Amino acid sequence: MTRACLSALMSHWRRNPVQIFAYLAGLALATALWSGVQAINAEARASYDAAETTLGEAQFDRLVSRQGASIDQDTYLALRRAGWQVSPVIEGRLGAVRVVGIDPITSPTGFGALDAGGPLPLDFTGPAQLFANAQTARDLPDDVTVTLTPDIASGVALGDVGIVQRLLGRDDLSYLTVAPMQPMGRPDLATVAPTLRLQPAQQGASVAQLTDSFHLNLTAFGLLSFAVGLFIVHSTIGLAFEQRRPMIRTLRSLGVPLNTLVTLITAEMLGLAAIGALIGIVLGYLIAAVLLPDVAATLRGLYGAEISGTLQLRAEWWLSGLAIAVLGTAAALAGRLWQIARMPLLASARPRAWVMASGARLRVQALGATALLIAALALSLFGQGLMAGFALLGCLLIGAALLLPVLFNWALAHLQTLAKGPVWGWFWADTRQQLPTLSLALMALLLAVSANIGVSTMVSSFRTTFVAFLDQRLAPELFVQVDDAAQSARLEAFLTQNKAEILPLLSTKAQIAGQPTDLYGVRVGQTYRDNWQFLGATPAPWDAVQAGTAVIVNEQLARRADLWVGDSVQISPDLDLPIAAVVGDYGNPHGQVVLSEDLFRTLHPDLAPLQFGIRTDDTDQLRAQITAALGIPDSAMINQAAIKAMSLAVFDRTFTVTAALNVLTLLVAGFAILMTLLTLADLRLPQLAPVWALGLTRRTLGRCELLRAVALAALVFLCAIPLGLALAWVLLTIINTQAFGWKLPMYLFPADYLKLGLYALMAALLAALWPATRLMRTRPSTLLKVFANEA
Amino acid sequence: MLLELDDVHKSFRDSETRVPVLQGVSFTLAAGQTLALTGESGSGKSTLLHIASGLEQPDQGRVLLSGTDLTRLNDRARASLRRSEIALVFQQFNLIPSLTVAANIGFQARLAGRADQDHIGRIVTALGLSDQMTKYPEALSGGQQQRVAIARALAAKPKLLLADEPTGNLDEGTAEGVLDQMMHLVAATGAALLIVTHSRLIAGRMDRQLHLSRGRLT
Ligand SMILES: Nc1ncnc2c1ncn2[C@@H]1O[C@H](COP(=O)(O)OP(=O)(O)OP(=O)(O)O)[C@@H](O)[C@H]1O
Ligand SMILES: [Mg+2]
Repeated sequence: MTRACLSALMSHWRRNPVQIFAYLAGLALATALWSGVQAINAEARASYDAAETTLGEAQFDRLVSRQGASIDQDTYLALRRAGWQVSPVIEGRLGAVRVVGIDPITSPTGFGALDAGGPLPLDFTGPAQLFANAQTARDLPDDVTVTLTPDIASGVALGDVGIVQRLLGRDDLSYLTVAPMQPMGRPDLATVAPTLRLQPAQQGASVAQLTDSFHLNLTAFGLLSFAVGLFIVHSTIGLAFEQRRPMIRTLRSLGVPLNTLVTLITAEMLGLAAIGALIGIVLGYLIAAVLLPDVAATLRGLYGAEISGTLQLRAEWWLSGLAIAVLGTAAALAGRLWQIARMPLLASARPRAWVMASGARLRVQALGATALLIAALALSLFGQGLMAGFALLGCLLIGAALLLPVLFNWALAHLQTLAKGPVWGWFWADTRQQLPTLSLALMALLLAVSANIGVSTMVSSFRTTFVAFLDQRLAPELFVQVDDAAQSARLEAFLTQNKAEILPLLSTKAQIAGQPTDLYGVRVGQTYRDNWQFLGATPAPWDAVQAGTAVIVNEQLARRADLWVGDSVQISPDLDLPIAAVVGDYGNPHGQVVLSEDLFRTLHPDLAPLQFGIRTDDTDQLRAQITAALGIPDSAMINQAAIKAMSLAVFDRTFTVTAALNVLTLLVAGFAILMTLLTLADLRLPQLAPVWALGLTRRTLGRCELLRAVALAALVFLCAIPLGLALAWVLLTIINTQAFGWKLPMYLFPADYLKLGLYALMAALLAALWPATRLMRTRPSTLLKVFANEA
Repeated sequence: MLLELDDVHKSFRDSETRVPVLQGVSFTLAAGQTLALTGESGSGKSTLLHIASGLEQPDQGRVLLSGTDLTRLNDRARASLRRSEIALVFQQFNLIPSLTVAANIGFQARLAGRADQDHIGRIVTALGLSDQMTKYPEALSGGQQQRVAIARALAAKPKLLLADEPTGNLDEGTAEGVLDQMMHLVAATGAALLIVTHSRLIAGRMDRQLHLSRGRLT
């Protein structure tokens, strides 16, 4: 009996191949985008984890050279003899690989402790060798012995400090890690090693945290696409059930028990869902593999985080893709099975009842939508933190999507009363009747288009602000980087002699207002006064900074530490200064404090400026002179134009991923429309045949179908504009502030929206093209059957 | 002559074999005339009606409406003739599901540009549909739907009225009333009526009767 029933059930798919295609494709698409994004995230997280364990010394304080140079062996030995528990580290590059040498015996990271649960059990007792993963090993010179260790971060090779020194041809050290436990009564750093200073461990802002918002962003896109895919699945399941109702009725009246039927249908649908999901996982792998290089570039550009460029098939994402697809299907299935269980044996099939909009359902939907939108409003007013920001996004998008059919129903009823002539009246009435079945696809389109508007507004606003920011900050025509204090002094003397305006930049890392911060000393002059624009400032901020009586902080620090113009910050243990201005800073996520050069030198007398900005009319000539006179290599200098171009290139690559995901969501929405129209085509015949018989040609009817798709897409687009702008506002003022610490001004880009609107119309038109041509080619006898057959 | 069928042939493909349905059917119908078409189930009555209305093309033969050969017209021209000259009542599913009863009844008359509210009002009352006007077709019984379809056909004041078992779903009393309305239209406007029916009674009220059997008229 089971086999007979199953073959009867499956025969439905044979007669409706488009439906099974829609079902599988919907699931595959949903799973593909979801698991693709998850694959990227998993790969990135794995890279961060590997980086943290490999270079676990980031959690320890360090001793670094005051001059920014390297440390010699003798200084290290002197410290050890004085009782300091420090361990040497040397870092360098062998080609593309970052080589790190440590001392396994003294390292506080515990690499030496093979048994004591160190981060990586590496056996340093073997012969001269490096540890690296297989990918990195390929990039290392051939004559280096490498022990393959899969858990080491990509691009990094680890080895004993002596071996690395030999490989790099150096005998110095890069820095010393300071063990957390130090003996009492050890001598001061200043007496043992006056050339060194203590650099506190990077607290809080680990790479994983910084990049979290980026990954959340990707996940949100993945979820959006997944929801769109599930829309397709949901409507296909609904249709398949509706059309198989007579068959199910017959099977039951022939004596097949309800339980058997429910079990068979569940097994059938879930089995198919698993197939769809597996196809999706393969597609997802491909998507991730294509996008990963750009994601890697984005993360490097934005956060300096390195992730490996190759994708691994990790159970965490492909299993989650499979699970979520099957669960989503099961949820869609549950409601339908419940209907079957309650179906009276002799109830007749009423396909049109399913199609007709029920007023009650619309009312419930309107209520739900209103509640969600109110929640969104409340969150935007009172919400705190990144999660509240994303909850706000969720409420806004889902609320708006739910509201769409309600609005459309109202608008179409209105259009119907305005329509002149019977054909237009019918056109709008017919469109309205289609609404319940089309609304899922329309919601998908709404979400895709408004996500596009929102994200592109954010990106373009960011770009506009960023370009203006670069113009402010990169006023000097030439930038020079020097290696040490001596070179710094020579360069300054040379430039002063040449009467060029020099802007030396002193910098160091500090902990200010509880935040890891970059401290800068600048030579206040006309360039700064002319170019910097502030988000908030006292009347003459630069005068106060020049006098050493105030500082300028960047927006990130101001927002994180809840400071603003007029508040004081503690610059050093015995110096508090008021904030004269807050400046927008879109180059990096760190906090910054800007002091006058003089004040900086008083606080850090041993630091010399290692970066210089130079105002000049002839950069090429000056570059040549500097190289000739001081022996500073040309590679240490960069023109303003080159920096700008480079920054913009990083920026643009940064958002390639977002753009790609945007296009993908639009495609999925178009596909959802296509699938809905195709699966509905059979249901449409009884609705269209009478109109045809009354004297509208099939060609006219086909054109009506096209027109309807375009009209609906146009209405969707109208709704997507305010929604997309709301989305952009949330992204710019709430999500960005929480994630990066800066609030961006919002600019509008009407031409872009118009182009997007055209794309949406095109997508709808293309989606409707095939079903419409099929309708135009329908044979008259097929249409006539409607009038002769019992439905 | 309003309608003239001349040596019409039609067959349908049934997997591989061709099943002949009409094999040389010819008849004429003048304005103001009524004609009943009878025959067993599956004899091809509906097919003949579809061909006469230009909805389906014959394999061979001519279909002349007021002297114009429908088989030589393109789709658009035939559709335009259907809008203005012909009204059809099918066995099933005549109505446009997205429109109310009122909109359904007025639809063809408005398409033809002849919506006459008084005329429509009289038909609606006569067919007992006054209470149903704001409902949607799916809320009507089979017989009510049938009457709405007939009201729509009559409202358009066609030159040729083709009806496929229009009283199949109706009780005898209602069937009588519906038939009266059709005859009334013929008398008032000089339209021609071709009606497919199994009922001897109805067939008896027509001017002429034709019987379809094995693809030919007898
Ligand atoms: N589109 C079609 N394809 C194949 N065969 C068809 C098609 N339409 C009709 N037929 C066949 O043509 C024959 C005549 O059908 P038709 O509907 O004209 O009969 P009918 O006389 O109207 O019957 P009834 O009184 O039951 O309505 C039937 O055998 C039918 O199976
Ligand atoms: Mg028939």
